[in-house]
Amino acid sequence: MSTINLVLHVWRQTGSDDKGSFETYQAKDVSEHSSFLEMLDQVNETLVADGTMPIAFDHDCREGICGSCGMVINGTPHGPQKATTTCQLHMRQFKDGDEVWIEPWRANAFPVVRDLVVDRGSFDRIIGAGGFVTARTGSAQDANALPIAKGIADQAMDAAACIGCGACVAACPNASAMLFTAAKAGHLNLLPQGQPEKESRTRNMVAQMEAEGFGHCTNHYECMDACPKGIDVEFIAKLNRDFVAATVTARAPLNTRAK
Amino acid sequence: MNQALTFIDTTIGKKIVMALTGVVMFGFVLGHMAGNLQVFLGPDAYNAYAVGIHKLGPLLWLARGVLLLSLAMHIATAMQLVAQSAAARPVAYKVKKNNKTTFAALTMKYSGMWLLGVLLYHLAHFTFPGIAMGDYQHQHFSAVYTNVINGFSVPWVTALYIISMCFLGMHLFHGSYSLFQTVGLNNPLRNGTVKFIAQSFALLVTIGNILIPLSVLLGLVK
Repeated sequence: MSTINLVLHVWRQTGSDDKGSFETYQAKDVSEHSSFLEMLDQVNETLVADGTMPIAFDHDCREGICGSCGMVINGTPHGPQKATTTCQLHMRQFKDGDEVWIEPWRANAFPVVRDLVVDRGSFDRIIGAGGFVTARTGSAQDANALPIAKGIADQAMDAAACIGCGACVAACPNASAMLFTAAKAGHLNLLPQGQPEKESRTRNMVAQMEAEGFGHCTNHYECMDACPKGIDVEFIAKLNRDFVAATVTARAPLNTRAK
Repeated sequence: MNQALTFIDTTIGKKIVMALTGVVMFGFVLGHMAGNLQVFLGPDAYNAYAVGIHKLGPLLWLARGVLLLSLAMHIATAMQLVAQSAAARPVAYKVKKNNKTTFAALTMKYSGMWLLGVLLYHLAHFTFPGIAMGDYQHQHFSAVYTNVINGFSVPWVTALYIISMCFLGMHLFHGSYSLFQTVGLNNPLRNGTVKFIAQSFALLVTIGNILIPLSVLLGLVK
């Protein structure tokens, strides 16, 4: 088994009030088969042994489905491998002696909690504004009671693949959250279960996105490139379309939303 | 009490305003190019075209009004959006790679500012008050042919126009296609065709508009 040595430049920041700066660390004898997070674990062990505060980073499932982990690695959210979360990125993507710059998602709406950990509560509030359906409780309905065309089901599934990691915002030159909002609104707007609240969902989620202080979409498509789930920017076009339609049909004013 | 949010308050609304006013101005530059390519038909035809446009009277002022309003809205929304997005990322990345976007898309605000400056210069140069470069005298619009020949006989002026048309081409290269995404008309079935047609028009405007000053400078049109 071959190992590699890396030079890490890691963003260290004690909290949102701290200015933050880069610190340089040596990652020695890293197995090519270890994941990026395992490599950081290994570095953290040496930091703890030295009495230094370990590098804080978010992680949970470590199998690419929870959306917790995420950092900008050498200028690309989740690192160089396409459609891969940081936890699923393996060190064989790097060469011995590589310098690696590791930064948190940088956006006003994602304040840094510590080092590489950011607060993505803004995403939760966008979901809370309309990313749900009203379903009856009680006994389960019959399967296939609502017919859904295969093509529509496929599209909704593609949008629902979003794990809310925030790489789209991190990759966007404008720090826009359009791909996330478009995926979450589009997923439900496509399905019959989502129709009763389609208008209010679209407007409220957009209004919340605006209130959180994200940037605007200028169609760079960097979000799609960085997305570990390959969410397509066609959902952004759909959100624009749905938002125009909702604006035309809405009978109630759209209130600004609290952050 | 929360204030009601209007369509134009949202970034989506602002982007749609930018797209639609952009279409108006794209239509104008196409028409402007088609009109001025008549310089190749000789002085009589070209001067008659200029006189003909001024004979439109109220229609001409209506068109100018729509264009001016479009320009004002395009600039106003652009400034608001640029300011908002600048605030959306207060701390810049030390290392940031852009893998998908184009140079034209990343520089829209710069090409836009350049074009605004050149637009003002262009109006001052040929329309009002007619700042004449070199030793020629600015003529009435009924002698527009003479103005064009004289105006583009100054090399640095011609160079400025040619460079500016490259910026216009870049601005339209991104804007012409990107607007379909913004107004929600994108469909993966047609995106390739739409992009090809939109960007062909952008290229057409660039080349067509460069031909005029270049031909004058090279002495092909006298």
